[in-house]
Amino acid sequence: MSSKVVMDTLQASHARQYCKFVPEKVRKDFPILKSTIKGKPLVFLDTAASAQKPARVIEAVRHCYEEEYSNIHRGVYYLSQRATENFEYARERVRAFIRAKKSSEIVFVRGATEAINLVAQTYGREQLERGDEVVLSQLEHHSNIVPWQLLRDQIGIVIKVAPINAAGELELDEFSDALGPRTKLVSITHMSNALGTITPVTEVIAMARARGIKVLVDGCQAVPHLPVDVQDLDCDFYVFSGHKLYGPSGIGVLYGKQEHLNMMPPYQGGGEMITSVSFDQTKFAAPPHKFEAGTPNISGAIGLGAAIDYVSQFDFRRINDHEQDLLDYATKSLSDTRGIRLVGTAADKGAILSFCLDDIHPHDVGTIVDNEGVSVRAGHHCAQPTMDRFGLSATVRASFGMYNTRDDVDALISGIHRTLEVFDT
Amino acid sequence: MSDGLRELYQEVILDHSRRPRNFGEPKDCTRCAHGDNPLCGDEITIYVKVEKGVVERVYFEGRGCAISIASASLMTEVMTGMKVDNARALFSRFHHLVTREAGSDNDWQELEKLAVLSGVREFPVRVKCATLAWHTLNAALGEQSQTVTTE
Ligand SMILES: Cc1ncc(COP(=O)(O)O)c(C=O)c1O
Repeated sequence: MSSKVVMDTLQASHARQYCKFVPEKVRKDFPILKSTIKGKPLVFLDTAASAQKPARVIEAVRHCYEEEYSNIHRGVYYLSQRATENFEYARERVRAFIRAKKSSEIVFVRGATEAINLVAQTYGREQLERGDEVVLSQLEHHSNIVPWQLLRDQIGIVIKVAPINAAGELELDEFSDALGPRTKLVSITHMSNALGTITPVTEVIAMARARGIKVLVDGCQAVPHLPVDVQDLDCDFYVFSGHKLYGPSGIGVLYGKQEHLNMMPPYQGGGEMITSVSFDQTKFAAPPHKFEAGTPNISGAIGLGAAIDYVSQFDFRRINDHEQDLLDYATKSLSDTRGIRLVGTAADKGAILSFCLDDIHPHDVGTIVDNEGVSVRAGHHCAQPTMDRFGLSATVRASFGMYNTRDDVDALISGIHRTLEVFDT
Repeated sequence: MSDGLRELYQEVILDHSRRPRNFGEPKDCTRCAHGDNPLCGDEITIYVKVEKGVVERVYFEGRGCAISIASASLMTEVMTGMKVDNARALFSRFHHLVTREAGSDNDWQELEKLAVLSGVREFPVRVKCATLAWHTLNAALGEQSQTVTTE
């Protein structure tokens, strides 16, 4: 076969693999987007807080309860086998999605928050000692700060913070300066939920690795927007929440390298995480089950698997292109609007826009644009240290998902004009 | 613009939010309290001078949305010169009215200039903004200590 033919075949199979990404069509897959708010069509611009769900996810959860529900890993009966298979299939979907080596490296948890707490309380408690340092960035969500403070209060670790610049970017040389001989772990976001900054995780991991430092990446915001390959990244832990990836709430993922999961003590004790129990002694199951005590969120995991199936029908790069187009369009439109100050202008950004409008408080902006049917977030976005960097207590945040269109941006802009009118500026 | 929105952002509210009355820290306050709204990071400090059971002065400092600043500003105006007992009773009445779904217009009229805040009822998530200063003042007037904080 000539190389030309090989190429053609490859391209053909590539083309066959994905459905064409058409945002207007995608919108129709999300039932809630048909609804109206105060008589106006819903314009949902708070996907960074939680994404809306496609019918496929809703259907998968319904199917689980109506047709294939039972507890898992327990029954010998048919229904339990089906439920167990579906649950484990979801784990396999997650593995493939973030390109982990083995599905035993995928632990189901409630969400990113629980995943980080789990790592702090198992890996952290066992591997870190008094005086050891954990390095965070100034972009972290509270859920990647507080678990480390709890650990600090328990065992006396030291928390160090790598600063961001005025654009909201992590500066690599300052990050490097934050790493010291006692640094044992870096815990850093892949993409900021408050500003949209995409952090240079590849470089961060390389720097840490060169010094034998372990890295946890908070992928909550990155996973819905960027293709993620945990083996390529070579991070030690990667965490995310299902609900931001168009899946159900109450389910999330901790990816950990097998070697770490093997030696980490259990997080909670109970059923499901053991191989045998007597009153003298308990043998723990192997990962991932060692970390999944109790009956898990069965329908949640299955729904997350369906969400991954849903987004995976498209070429992720096309989703990303579309969101970048929205970001560019919104950035331009907002910059042309009187009184707007963008907060977070990193060169590498995901589809999140934080801004202030004159000296009008973000809450007032939020209420007035909501009246126009536009849902945006106003507040500190659970990232108060990031807000402090800009001397702000709050911003307005518009965040985009695969289902948003330029019309949504236009609706936001007209809501902003309305706000200026109300405040008569 | 919807009527609800127009009612919420009346001219008086905008005026008080732009030019808050009794703003700043007085030298002669006898009590103060700090209040914050963890949801949005808004903060307020209320300073009061109480003499012989009378609220002689009320001042405030802080940052927040138009509703919370206007509410604080209006509150300082109506509270000045009031007996502590009456001030606390007014807090309860105001709180009751903004958190209640429907209040008759008569109820609001009794509150006189505070009636401009009645529009908040239609925006339940904003009730916290309107009541932050009031809760904080109530804490400052509390008996237990000179300085009370809700943190
Ligand atoms: C960057 C980031 N990390 C962590 C979290 C916490 O996620 P969850 O609340 O789903 O546990 C969020 C969600 O707001 C987030 O945006």
